[in-house]
Amino acid sequence: MQLTQLLVSGLSQGCIYGLIALGFVLIYKATETVNFAQGELMMLGAFAGLFGTVYLGLPFWAAFVGAVGVTALLGVLTERLVLRPILGQPAFAIVMVTLGLGYVGRGLITMIPEVGTETNALPTPFKDEVVKLGGLVIGMEHVVVIAVTVLLCALLYGVFRFTRTGIAMQAASQNQLAAWYMGIPVQRLNGLIWGISAAVAAVAGVLLAPITFVHANMGFIGLKAFPAAVVGGFGSLPGAIVGGLVIGVVESLSGFYLPEGFKDVAAYVVVLVMLVVKPNGLFGENLRKKV
Amino acid sequence: MRFVFKTSYDQDIGLFRHEGQRFWYALLAVALLVAPWALSEYYLAQLVLICIYGIVGLGLMLLSGYTGLISMGHAAFLGVGAYTEAVLSARGWPFSLSMACAVLLSSATGIVVGLPALRVRGIYLAIATLAFGFIVEEVLTRWEAVTGGNSGLSVGRIELLGWTVSGTTQFYYLCLALAVACTLLVRNLLRAPTGRAFVAIRDSEISAQSMGIHLAWYKTLSFAISAGLTGLAGGLYAHKLRFLSPEQFTVLQSVELLMMVFVGGIGSVHGAFFGAAFVIALPQFISVIAAKLPAAMGSAAGLQATVFGLVLVAFILFEPLGLYGWWFKARTYLDLFPFYRRGMFRRQKAFQKSDRLR
Amino acid sequence: MSALLEVEALEMRFGGVRAVAGVSFSVEQGEVFTLIGPNGAGKTTVFNLISRLYTPTAGAIRFEGRDLLGVPAHRVARLGVARTFQNIELFEHASVLHNLLIGRHVHRRTALWQEMLFTPAVRRAERAFRERVERVIDLLELQHHRDSLVAGLPYGVRKVVELGRALAVGPKLLLLDEPSSGLNVEETGDMAFWIQDIRDDLGITVLMVEHDMSLVSRVSDRVLAMNQGEVLAQGTPAQVQSHQAVIEAYLGAPAAARGGGP
Repeated sequence: MQLTQLLVSGLSQGCIYGLIALGFVLIYKATETVNFAQGELMMLGAFAGLFGTVYLGLPFWAAFVGAVGVTALLGVLTERLVLRPILGQPAFAIVMVTLGLGYVGRGLITMIPEVGTETNALPTPFKDEVVKLGGLVIGMEHVVVIAVTVLLCALLYGVFRFTRTGIAMQAASQNQLAAWYMGIPVQRLNGLIWGISAAVAAVAGVLLAPITFVHANMGFIGLKAFPAAVVGGFGSLPGAIVGGLVIGVVESLSGFYLPEGFKDVAAYVVVLVMLVVKPNGLFGENLRKKV
Repeated sequence: MRFVFKTSYDQDIGLFRHEGQRFWYALLAVALLVAPWALSEYYLAQLVLICIYGIVGLGLMLLSGYTGLISMGHAAFLGVGAYTEAVLSARGWPFSLSMACAVLLSSATGIVVGLPALRVRGIYLAIATLAFGFIVEEVLTRWEAVTGGNSGLSVGRIELLGWTVSGTTQFYYLCLALAVACTLLVRNLLRAPTGRAFVAIRDSEISAQSMGIHLAWYKTLSFAISAGLTGLAGGLYAHKLRFLSPEQFTVLQSVELLMMVFVGGIGSVHGAFFGAAFVIALPQFISVIAAKLPAAMGSAAGLQATVFGLVLVAFILFEPLGLYGWWFKARTYLDLFPFYRRGMFRRQKAFQKSDRLR
Repeated sequence: MSALLEVEALEMRFGGVRAVAGVSFSVEQGEVFTLIGPNGAGKTTVFNLISRLYTPTAGAIRFEGRDLLGVPAHRVARLGVARTFQNIELFEHASVLHNLLIGRHVHRRTALWQEMLFTPAVRRAERAFRERVERVIDLLELQHHRDSLVAGLPYGVRKVVELGRALAVGPKLLLLDEPSSGLNVEETGDMAFWIQDIRDDLGITVLMVEHDMSLVSRVSDRVLAMNQGEVLAQGTPAQVQSHQAVIEAYLGAPAAARGGGP
């Protein structure tokens, strides 16, 4: 029973990792850029949700949708204003830009008087509710996390599998130049991808808020999502979710069964083992350069 | 206007391109030597920090700028160096010996951290080094018997051949001498076959291999030297701060070190020191801005992060070579005066190239 | 006299695909030996096998009688085999001079500590490297571009720089992967001269992959035609060009039946 309890909380935490990792992978597949500001986007999403519920007095779900929309817009703007002009620079430089953006985002939030440096509670309609399944007691917020993640994955699957735009995105991620020659507006799609991935981050942020509260440093959880993305294989969308779940469960189990301190590094130990054993991840493809 | 006629190979091999350069560097050397008389205690201490961060910058530049291997865990090497020096000097080891151990232990850590670089590259390597950074940070926190954990560890003075380094001035000369030595070492490597092998690996692994460069050896070497330099800086850092705690060596610190070399100018030795000077000068600059902002915003801890982030983004957008780029343009302008053309440094349109396969 | 390079029953499979299926040939000292064949014939794979980027699934490669398969990729250059690449693999953010100097890497004799201190021995070695490299620069007329960054150079020049880098190694065997691809007529003409000079004046044996038949027949001593991983024909350029199987491979069977030539 203990174990099941641990597994469930690990899975719900893993969903959060998975969602952030999904954001990384979406952007990586489309533009070969790793967005180190993904965690900060999640944090901004959570703050947007906080703003909606507490300061505008919106109902939770309305604030949720609003936060996702605002963050998505921010993602699109970031791509247009910062990332697009530096296309063609080394990948390393682009990574540094996203790191810099993360700094700016985090710094700006802490500069908001009173809210920025505090740990804020986000009021939710399912606060303190629990679900009893047999002998299992699960906090409602965990159930919501898992449910929303499943829904979101289904939605994304549908978009990429069945809509024209989704298929165009897949094409562009395989070969940008070829896609562009075929008349696919690659740049606009990249903007859209940034929007989608920011939206996914915002979803993760608002879902995480009831569990860890809203604060400026919540974006650091993004650093745990990297291992998730690697474990899944950096180029694979389902891999990101699976990787997130693996990391979440390992973390939750090692927090209970291993001495103090192991919980914090569990994700990194897993990723190092993965890089040694199977660098391409669980679902990654093995590509070699042709000369 | 200056013409440089190349009449012997030594001109390309030498450290200075022409006599004028020799003159300016001599002037800089004199200025640095008389600095303790000209500067107040406070500014001298800042100069010490620039030397220390400059050495870290050199190490990181060698690894990331010249060999093209991204390390997001460099603060870990700084920490290993600092703690080794602190622990050994507390046991009464002489400075030269304890520092040698600090350098060697950091190098050894570097070799271990570099192991994934033999198999993975790019973002995977960044994540591997990030993971190592977290693990080292955790070890520093948890291994209380040696590191003192979160309650910290205080560091004594430097004992060198029966002579105790006391006061900022003496410590400054020590740091300056080491910084100069490290700079020469890195410059020497870069103009020798080893340095060229690093650059070759950065630009094309596959053809480096076909030119007879042993990838695994040189990558490991780059990690070892880079970590060793950073460990050396760590040892000095320990004596500078006189107190160590694990939160000085977090992954966030690693990221800031990377940002430092980027602002300084990636792929240039100058850039290491420009970046260090920038990082040290930033707080002063911030206090000037903060005075002009509303109190609540000006006093916020986030202001520095915001400015740092903005500066970095602005540099990459408009001047990818960072402060070194500015320096280079200014120098070229003076060298060519009055024949400088406006379009000389116009950047070519670059197209995105796939880095997935290299 | 035994051949400089011997390739024997070489086979390379990628999954189910046989990219190279039992290829044998030998390159004699001092000749220009060319591999031709339609796209996907396995020519570049043969190159990658010789430079040890791949390990063959079967067969043997011997260089100067020595088994090359026991040698790791980074030792091949030291034995005296240098190569160029089909799509130019230069060190983009380094100068032309720097690129050529990297070619001298196999002749590094100085130890790490010497380089750190830049001892007189290192300086002497550097001077010697530069002297050799300047000779290559003179031969290929690259003086004008000596200090330019490779990234800013036009395609034709980069192709020459890559040839120069391979020459700087001081090889016994030079592998050229499509030396004329992407070059205009004039540049191709220069390339032909250089290849002849390399063979006649420098005494370097050349093994190349090439599509431009005028260049092939101008410089090659012997030609080997491949298709789908197998050898079709081998001989002088004229013999191979008129070989029935080669014509079929390029033009299809009916054209061959009509007696059309390439």
